[in-house]
Amino acid sequence: MMRWFKQPPPRGVLLALLVAGLAACFAIEQFGLVDNYVRFVLITLGINIILCVSLNLVNGWMGEFSVGHAGFMALGAYLSACVSVKWLGWGNPLWMFPLAVVAGGLLAGAVGFLLGLLSFKTRGDYLAIITLAFLMIVKSGIENIPYVGGPRGFLGIGNHTSLLWTAVWTVLTLWAIRNLVYSRFGRGIVAVREDEIAANAMGVDTRKAKLAAFVVSSFFGGVAGALFAHQLQFINPSVFDIVKSTEILVMVYLGGIGSLGGSILGAAAFTILAQVLQPLGTWRMVILPLILVLLMLFRPRGIMGMREFPWFVPRREFPAKEDKK
Amino acid sequence: MSALLEVRDVTMRFGGLVAVSDLTLAVTPGHAHGIIGPNGAGKTTAFNIITGIYTPTAGEVLFRGGSITGHRPSTIARGGIARTFQNIRLFRDLTVLDNVRIAHDAHARYSWAGAMVQLPSARRAETESIEQCTDLLEKFGLGDAAYERAGDLPYGSQRRLEIARAMALQPSLLLLDEPAAGMNSAETLKLVEFLGWLRDHFSVTMLLIEHHMQLVMTFCDRITVLDFGKTIAEGTADEVRNDPKVIEAYLGQENDHE
Repeated sequence: MMRWFKQPPPRGVLLALLVAGLAACFAIEQFGLVDNYVRFVLITLGINIILCVSLNLVNGWMGEFSVGHAGFMALGAYLSACVSVKWLGWGNPLWMFPLAVVAGGLLAGAVGFLLGLLSFKTRGDYLAIITLAFLMIVKSGIENIPYVGGPRGFLGIGNHTSLLWTAVWTVLTLWAIRNLVYSRFGRGIVAVREDEIAANAMGVDTRKAKLAAFVVSSFFGGVAGALFAHQLQFINPSVFDIVKSTEILVMVYLGGIGSLGGSILGAAAFTILAQVLQPLGTWRMVILPLILVLLMLFRPRGIMGMREFPWFVPRREFPAKEDKK
Repeated sequence: MSALLEVRDVTMRFGGLVAVSDLTLAVTPGHAHGIIGPNGAGKTTAFNIITGIYTPTAGEVLFRGGSITGHRPSTIARGGIARTFQNIRLFRDLTVLDNVRIAHDAHARYSWAGAMVQLPSARRAETESIEQCTDLLEKFGLGDAAYERAGDLPYGSQRRLEIARAMALQPSLLLLDEPAAGMNSAETLKLVEFLGWLRDHFSVTMLLIEHHMQLVMTFCDRITVLDFGKTIAEGTADEVRNDPKVIEAYLGQENDHE
């Protein structure tokens, strides 16, 4: 991957920011420093970052075009709601909620595995159509399960998605995906995008790379869905439709493909934009896809496409100092 | 000595078109083996069969005595057959170093769970991989370009990088598809020198497709001549040069190269 800086940033900057950020989140929760609206937007931002960076793994680093991310979100949202309301509703949220989130992620990851299998034979436009079909199956599937409320939706979910939990999951997601991307598996995923035939000829098991990308991406999509469900406390199948997927696509292609920093930037820009455009009502539905069209025409790789903030790049990836030679 | 690579009666049909028919080929370890033939003779198809991109319609490919027919390309690559492409296929958007690392990764062992939680073993493997790949690039004279975008390199360096990337797989057999394509005579002479160094330094067996007669005749220990998907001659440079079938099919029209 291309880098902006030839020198690594000073040590500990990111860690200090991280600790400060988590402390701030804790303080906000503990002492009620901000009003409910700001808190709600901050939680939405965290969830959007998770959605954006996880979809970026498939659409950016691997170069496929999945429009099914809202489907993974739905799986995570519904299963976690089942766990936290119906199955373990008696439990203490302190251990029960993380369990529900992980369960939601695992279900999404398992289904992502199946979608990954389909990606062996199909690429590009055709795979995009398959992910669209997957999204429709999930949505109509849930609509037909009375146990989770069918088309009426799932009511009475506990308000467990605190700002602190969101921050923890966001950091965890970014950290895990960063580690994956800067490993042999991440390079395999990128090699699939660059040239699949050459990747195979260089010993990259492209099937494993595709499975890894889909499973990890959908796992965190499910995690985001679980957090989303326990933020809104009410979910409905029609929330997880193509519009939701489009929103995530806008974040990815706005911020930049194949970039952690870009994913954060894209999610932040989108979250703010969505709030600013709130008064426009349904016209948002026109403006957001329009942004996607303009992006694809004029800046298909996004603001940070294929570039990275140096803080997210492992130190070993920087050129060695001259004196080491 | 038994052959490192053996192609036995391989036929490849695409619908009605027979690209390769009854191809037989044996590459002796340590040799540089050339495949020549007019355009459309099936040379690149033969490479694609050996490296597993195509599964032959009939026949068998043996590597180190075991069949690799129908194996996946990545399995064959890990098993020790590396290649370059006629039209350079680098990972253009990645750095020169990452290009080499992707091939080098074929022999890395850490798991993906280990990578995601940054186990010390995974980190160590990464650091070692960077060191080894940097060394490899130095050997190929690409050390200074390690952090540049591969697609930005000049043509000659891209060709060299593609060979360096193939060597990062630590292959016992290297397949070169027209390494001299787009080079003038002076550059080709340098290439011959470079290939000689490659063979001695890495003790790698080579199988190469080439149109440049001078290169093939001076560099290769054995030569196989293909025409219309069939082997029409095989032998040393002198044997092939004097074979009437070869003169008729190929060299007859291209005597000016002699």
